[in-house]
Amino acid sequence: MDAWRGFQRGNWCSEIDVRNFIQLNYTPYEGTEEFLEGPTESTQELWDKVSKLLEKERKNGGVLDVDTHTISTITSHKPGYIDKKLEKIVGLQTDEPLKRAIMPFGGIRMVIKGCEAYGKKVDPDVVEIFTRHRKTHNEGVYNVYTPEMRKAKKAGIITGLPDAYGRGRIIGDYRRVPLYGVDRLIEEKQQEMTYLEYDYIDADTIRDREELNEQIKALNELKEMAKSYGFDISVPAKDAQEAVQWLYFAYLGAIKEQNGAAMSIGRISTFLDIYIERDLKEGKITEKEAQELIDQLVIKLRIVRFLRTPEYEKLFSGDPTWVTESVGGMGLDGRTLVTKSSFRMLNTLFNLGPAPEPNMTVLWSTRLPEGFKKFCAKVSIKTSSIQYESDDIMRYHWGDDYGIACCVSAMRIGKQMQFFGARCNLAKALLYAINGGRDEITGIQVAPKFAPVETEYLDYDDVMERFNMVLDWVARLYINTLNLIHFMHDKYAYERLQMALHDKDVFRTMACGIAGLSVVADSLSAIKYAKVKPIRNENNLVVDYEVEGDYPKFGNNDDRVDSIATDIVKLFMNKLRKQRTYRNSMPTLSILTITSNVVYGEKTGNTPDGRKAGEPLAPGANPMHGRDIKGALAVLNSIAKLPYEYAQDGISYTFSIVPKALGRDMEDRINNLKALLDGYFKQGGHHINVNVFDKELLLDAMEHPEKYPQLTIRVSGYAVNFIRLTRAQQLDVINRTIHKHI
Amino acid sequence: MDFIMVKGRIHSFETFGTLDGPGIRFVIFMQGCPLRCLYCHNRDTWNAAGGREYTADEIIDELKKYLSFISFSGGGITVTGGEPTLQAEFVTEVFKKCKEIEVHTALDTSGFADIEKVKELLEYTDLILLDIKQASEEKHRMITGVGNEKIKKFALYTSEKGIPVWIRYVLVPGYTDSEEDLKLAAEFIGQLKNVKKIEVLPYHSMGAFKWEKLGEKYPLAGVKEPDPAQVKRAKMILESAFRPL
Repeated sequence: MDAWRGFQRGNWCSEIDVRNFIQLNYTPYEGTEEFLEGPTESTQELWDKVSKLLEKERKNGGVLDVDTHTISTITSHKPGYIDKKLEKIVGLQTDEPLKRAIMPFGGIRMVIKGCEAYGKKVDPDVVEIFTRHRKTHNEGVYNVYTPEMRKAKKAGIITGLPDAYGRGRIIGDYRRVPLYGVDRLIEEKQQEMTYLEYDYIDADTIRDREELNEQIKALNELKEMAKSYGFDISVPAKDAQEAVQWLYFAYLGAIKEQNGAAMSIGRISTFLDIYIERDLKEGKITEKEAQELIDQLVIKLRIVRFLRTPEYEKLFSGDPTWVTESVGGMGLDGRTLVTKSSFRMLNTLFNLGPAPEPNMTVLWSTRLPEGFKKFCAKVSIKTSSIQYESDDIMRYHWGDDYGIACCVSAMRIGKQMQFFGARCNLAKALLYAINGGRDEITGIQVAPKFAPVETEYLDYDDVMERFNMVLDWVARLYINTLNLIHFMHDKYAYERLQMALHDKDVFRTMACGIAGLSVVADSLSAIKYAKVKPIRNENNLVVDYEVEGDYPKFGNNDDRVDSIATDIVKLFMNKLRKQRTYRNSMPTLSILTITSNVVYGEKTGNTPDGRKAGEPLAPGANPMHGRDIKGALAVLNSIAKLPYEYAQDGISYTFSIVPKALGRDMEDRINNLKALLDGYFKQGGHHINVNVFDKELLLDAMEHPEKYPQLTIRVSGYAVNFIRLTRAQQLDVINRTIHKHI
Repeated sequence: MDFIMVKGRIHSFETFGTLDGPGIRFVIFMQGCPLRCLYCHNRDTWNAAGGREYTADEIIDELKKYLSFISFSGGGITVTGGEPTLQAEFVTEVFKKCKEIEVHTALDTSGFADIEKVKELLEYTDLILLDIKQASEEKHRMITGVGNEKIKKFALYTSEKGIPVWIRYVLVPGYTDSEEDLKLAAEFIGQLKNVKKIEVLPYHSMGAFKWEKLGEKYPLAGVKEPDPAQVKRAKMILESAFRPL
């Protein structure tokens, strides 16, 4: 076949096996960044146009336009362009760039609210359809919530749940479309249907058959959509340009159909590199043109948009879409998976300037080639736009063809998905333990009633026993709530196209999460090593604490408290493991808050570590602001102790440092940052966001946002445009520990 | 145990030192200093009775926690102060133990030390960061309170022994930045055969608060930090006699 000319044949030719194709055909690259090229004129011109639109969008309050009439599907909109003659890669979510679509299958109320927030009104017909005739995911969930679940949600002990927005965190294997063409994929799915013909067809099988049928429909619609742009993707891609275009169409289909919280693209650079290398060898394209393809793909990924509500924006600030692209890593055979296109992908941050999307994620191994390590460090120092995750840990668990969904969630591409479960506020759970299950703010009995703490000073063993009970209750409630949410999501907002780009039998995880780990660890440490006196109000509710004496704090590489943090993670994870889950998914845990640490903090009363009511919790696994006083490496060591085995959905740490503290000149800074990453990951660290900036820069950006349209910073698991954060969140970022020394 | 373990008086540690020697350094700030530099940015290390006592083993245990960062970066340990040679016996002990675990050792010193007392220490020292304050005897006395005879002797001794040295020169406008000062310093550096690098450190006032905290007046209040052009010029002059190893 012409499309596969020059490729080494293997299992991938007879089965859907993208990894096998990559392994047999990719060219590892161990050199430096020297070969890289700047942007072409068309790219620059195109990016200028997009930049102007982005500015307009910002000035318009964050949303440029909404198509309030058309229910978004894969084929709902006619082709849209930014500027057809400049675009090497085409395709938009709607008929115009940055115009947002409505996706009411998740819930009509969110669509109405999202539109209202930006002064728009949803077409009454659409409202009518989704209130009277077609049930949504959101409605389904609220029909079956138990009173206990509603109470817990309202109190904010479990929160941020995907019951009013798309769960996301599913990565379609978009690479299958260019490699095989859609027809071959449909054929495969039809074959899979025949595997679901049993003597007794039970409810699970019926669901599987219906889902498969939906997948096939979605694949047909995908072909139709591509055709409207003038491309026939029923057949495999013949060259690099087509490979990028086909792959993007597959992704575009997914984001036209689903407004999942995180719509990650997977691990595409090295796959695409195979096509680019072939074209370069055949003399079909130059390096400049190769870079152009990647630059232009990235431009498209930077303008992915969803209509969100203000409540959503509070949780996940800065309009993130988590188009996470995982770059680098090592292969199981010891060769590096870094290719020239890994460099090209990161190079877009120079060619187009820094940006939060796509969410550039480097899969770091201490064995990565030096040239690549140095280039990553350089890009980080100059753009603060990269996050790093330990390939050495994840390869052991997930092989060498996994990708990151959202921020820190690893999954085998096309073989695994997760049921996203937001998070449980552990800090609040601790307060419930002290108050006998009553909420510390409202006094309402949320957890089952038990005797509150009665001692004059808090006693560690006593508090732990109660905490243990509360966690038993939370774990059960939490998983039950998620079971019901994901049942309804599958039923009313099934990800047809994304799942069509998966194998038939998918491994599912139930991805739970926790917020407030460092507050809990410090609180328990205070109870154990200092004296903590609870202060009660007139209703005998403990509302405040007096801490007498000092105590070890998380983030200073002090085992006395670091071990408390580790124990809490294990304790809670083991409780989750006891629960029965929807579709037999495997419970996992993340220590990740995204920007919701601010909202969770608002809803949490005074805590025994001395944190005041309303103050933000620390993001992810971070120590509380200003309490990590022993320097950068001490924090890294503390974080690296948290056990990935018990938090397989990821452990997020956000690190900020001033440029000077990395060394005197660029060469030193690159070397030291590289070593810092090597050292951290060698010790078992899982994830790190690296920010390199001076505080003064952020302060100036707060006052003069117009001067910093592209200022990008890493928050918890993603990057944001700093000036698009709320003021409270900007302050939260500024108040975090920024490492420096005098 | 029947021998007395030498203890060191230590002001503080920095686990992520990136400015005092190559790579990531585990930096120990020793307590006590015989100099009284007007622009001292670690004023709180002068008092030889201050700080906390540590054994060499305690230091090594602490350092080991950061070994992976140190080895990946080609870094090591840097002992600074204060003046580390005041506690030469202790620092020797620390350096010996560092060499046992193959950690690179750097000594950040003013060179104001009796050679006899530091001979053994220098045997375990891989790199000396030699802070030259002033080459003129008179001005040296004015800035630091002591003459520079001893320092010159020390420098020549390290040259004779062939221990690699990085020269560090703090550029303080009005105090160390005249052409004459710089030429004189260059001339002295030219006599040394072991200089690998010359660093010009622009004066900064970030240590001033430490003086105020101790209830003392900061002698250099009002002195401006030099601009990059001045630093570049100074570097050129100092390097004019530079003979790299």
